[in-house]
Amino acid sequence: MSVISSDDIEETIQIEQRKAERNQKIEAIGIPLVTLLMLLLLWQFGVRVFEVPGYIAPAPSDVAVTFVEKFPVLLENFWPTLYESVFGFFAGNLAAIFIAVAFVHNRTVEKAFFPLAVFINTIPILAIAPILVLIFGAGLTAKVVIAGMICFFPTLVNMVRGLQSVSPQSLELARILSASKTEIFWKIRLPSSLPFLFSALKIAATTCVIGAIVGEWVGADLGLGALIIDSTFNFRASLLYATVFMSSGLSVLLFVAVSIVEKLVIRW
Amino acid sequence: MNTSNSTQTPATGSPPVAASLSNAFVKFGAFTAIEDFTLDVDSGSFYTILGPSGCGKSTLLRLVSDLVPAASGEVVIFGKSTEEARLAREFAFVFQDAALLPWRTALQNVELPLEMGKKRGVKIPISDKSPVELLELVGLKGRENALPHELSGGMRQRVAIARALVCKPKLLLMDEPFGALDEMTRDHLNLQLLNIWHETGVTILFVTHSIPEAVFLGQKVLMLQSHPGRLREVVDIDLPYPREIKLRDTPEFTKYAAYLRELLETC
Repeated sequence: MSVISSDDIEETIQIEQRKAERNQKIEAIGIPLVTLLMLLLLWQFGVRVFEVPGYIAPAPSDVAVTFVEKFPVLLENFWPTLYESVFGFFAGNLAAIFIAVAFVHNRTVEKAFFPLAVFINTIPILAIAPILVLIFGAGLTAKVVIAGMICFFPTLVNMVRGLQSVSPQSLELARILSASKTEIFWKIRLPSSLPFLFSALKIAATTCVIGAIVGEWVGADLGLGALIIDSTFNFRASLLYATVFMSSGLSVLLFVAVSIVEKLVIRW
Repeated sequence: MNTSNSTQTPATGSPPVAASLSNAFVKFGAFTAIEDFTLDVDSGSFYTILGPSGCGKSTLLRLVSDLVPAASGEVVIFGKSTEEARLAREFAFVFQDAALLPWRTALQNVELPLEMGKKRGVKIPISDKSPVELLELVGLKGRENALPHELSGGMRQRVAIARALVCKPKLLLMDEPFGALDEMTRDHLNLQLLNIWHETGVTILFVTHSIPEAVFLGQKVLMLQSHPGRLREVVDIDLPYPREIKLRDTPEFTKYAAYLRELLETC
């Protein structure tokens, strides 16, 4: 039948498209990488040519040297921030997921609590951090709560949208199959929400680090946030820069981890 | 008509009428979508439904499948109410856009009806053919583990047909299932559908907006009229089965198509 060949053609086209996509990916990584290297070079020469003092703006080479020399210190401060970020990530997102499920199942709950969620989200995290440190003390809990809070809202909004994103025909199909609400939830709504959930989790993977660092600014002896404050007040600019790189490295690490899980879970 | 349709198991004792609508109305608020619809669909028959857009073709299928309620009048499916028929899986529905779950493989999509609605206390009938065999029946042998996005539009629609057959429905409701496909794929699937009809003895109600498709497939063409949607005429298509694509070039076929086109223009 001639139709078989039309299927084949369609598949060949798909393979071609995938090749083109791969080339685009290489470009997508290559171009920004080259740009970044150029900027670093510009910075290096700029600092040397204009003889900017090291405590104001260190050269990239100085930062690199400090990064290697002070690596044990950086690592010692890295672990607490990692724990706070990760615990906060799980706490904030789990809370958001459960509340989103409640919102979708019960419109009254949504009407009652959604404005409150919006209100809490409008409070700047810098303003609420001291309050939380007062409530929970200077230990781990306050930082986890701050990191969790910063993750909460984007995940809530995305998860609600995801759970509602089911196509009308899927729901008609479920009705024809006389499916129960529970079956619709587990077999249709929850899987359809996953792409939405993961786009929120990718945002949360980077913002939870911000939350943890802000928490450490308010009160902590250890952690990348504490190290930032410490090196700023002691004019140790190259250590400050190294810490900043360490922090963004932590964000990237968490982002990549979430992206890998997403690739494994979402194959469609 | 074709004798092959009597192969359906006599044990079920199904009455000769698959679906019976008497003076059925469907209203959405003040809007009347279907007005005073009376029709008997013979068991084992293949009816195609044609009509201008907005004539209630899809609504008619949704009325039969208990997706929209009748405002008045009665709809009986194999002697049962639409709700009872739905719970007993007397009918299956094939949507225009396959409506496959994108995270499930072709095989898992076909198996979906077996996993749902189990707790309703009504035994779910299961086809004599396994889900794998059903995929083979629709020509998708070897693609069991493909995800929907890896399949072409025609293949996805074939998965949807296999899924519809998995609970051994006696009535198959198809809402423009091949409307979005290219002509070659559509021809191929039309032939395949006639084969499935021939093999399973299922009753088919098939909505289409293509006059050639309606004539090619159906024993009868129901011509609907719009504003409000109602039955205009039932046209018997007296062409022998099995039908082949070249039937379209015969004068008889052209005569039916021309007649329907004229009818459609005055609807």
